Amino acid sequence: MEFSVNHPIIFVMVGIIIAVVIAQSVYFLIRALKRAKAIGIDKTVLKKTVLSSAIFTIAPAISIVAGVIALSLSLGIPLPWLRLSVIGSLSYETIAAERALAAFGLNLSEVITDPQIYVTVVWVMTFGIAAGLILTPIFAKKIQNGMKKIEQSDKKWREIFTNAMFLGMISAFLGFVFCDVANVFKGDTTGLIPVVVFFASAIIMALCGILAIKLKQRWMNDYALPISLIAGMAIAIPVTAWLG
Amino acid sequence: MDNKKNVSYLDSVHRDGRIWGFSLLAILFLFPLVVSLVFSVVPDWAALAKGALAVAPMYWAVGVIEVITYVPMLGAGGAYLSFVTGNISNLKLPCALDAMEKADVKPNSEEGEIISTISIAVSSIVTTVIVILGVILIIPLTPVLESPVLKPAFAQMLPALFGGLGVVFISKNVKLSIAPIILMLALFITIPALNSGTVGIMVPVGVVFTLIVARIMYKKGII
Repeated sequence: MEFSVNHPIIFVMVGIIIAVVIAQSVYFLIRALKRAKAIGIDKTVLKKTVLSSAIFTIAPAISIVAGVIALSLSLGIPLPWLRLSVIGSLSYETIAAERALAAFGLNLSEVITDPQIYVTVVWVMTFGIAAGLILTPIFAKKIQNGMKKIEQSDKKWREIFTNAMFLGMISAFLGFVFCDVANVFKGDTTGLIPVVVFFASAIIMALCGILAIKLKQRWMNDYALPISLIAGMAIAIPVTAWLG
Repeated sequence: MDNKKNVSYLDSVHRDGRIWGFSLLAILFLFPLVVSLVFSVVPDWAALAKGALAVAPMYWAVGVIEVITYVPMLGAGGAYLSFVTGNISNLKLPCALDAMEKADVKPNSEEGEIISTISIAVSSIVTTVIVILGVILIIPLTPVLESPVLKPAFAQMLPALFGGLGVVFISKNVKLSIAPIILMLALFITIPALNSGTVGIMVPVGVVFTLIVARIMYKKGII
């Protein structure tokens, strides 16, 4: 069969895999909702969780679409569609595809026409990303049981333990926001863009919390994270024009 | 709390999570096999080995650390979904954290497990559907998403996300935040190799460091 990176058969295969991925999410969603009802979690809490998670996801999901477009030039549409819908993230998939293509002396700026190169690239990308998918089913239960032991020892420590985990993650991303600020001393102000956006978003988040109480508008607090995310991204446009 | 039921729900999540996980793994590896069959080609083994060696060691090491770091934060259901649909640190985990925070539940309780699973399932479905729409509308969307006006907004998504998320968690744990923030600022500002591509590796470093600091502060009665 004549090969093309956008061959209908490849689209159909990717479509089937993605349908299974959606089915898994729907399955776990229904089970969790049923269990929530059984143990008496308030319906309004569930409704808010569903709505705010959906709204929050929109902007990051659109950035994933932008990633599919960026990779589609060389790999066609279905492969980046699959790789960014199942496990992958743009930074990983770009590196994996680049390294695989480099083995043929090629790069991401030209379309693949040889099916052998295509299938080799698919293997490299699939194999490289599979760790989490293989290890989670094997170790998730053991890790959770281990956590239970730590937590059972002491109730107060349990709460500090989870807060410490989250703060550890957040501090790493906070460091990343500041990673290029030192360039200011070389006259390059672009490193300040993420810092300004970070603080703008933090201020908007805090304002949402305060205004929600003062104006008695609970929804402002419930949707504070999506509001601060989108406002922060919007502010990035003039800030980039100013400092970029 | 009904301990017996708690165990049985969690156990069933683990059982189903394993079945779904291994099935998806099989399907995912079937894809290159079927491509090979349909177009009657075999991979270039030398290039495959070279590519895999260039990619796998680092990403497998990161994968191991990610599973250990993220499973306790995501909960069982959330973990089984997240390690299939990906984009954990930049989408699924912040989404679940915010949902648990707003619902006032802890990740290690059954309520937390349920809220986290609902949040991540909804986020995964919405992401997948938006990406499907994006693929269908790729021709009219390309000039919009690649336009110089919108590009900076997507480039700054992570700072916009963690500004909002950070202010909530830092303001609630000011004392505990100081040491990890100083360490990460020092590392990221002074080491040029630390950037958007390597922030994922620093997450476990931050988590372990903060846990150690928390333990010391807790033992000394500071927190």
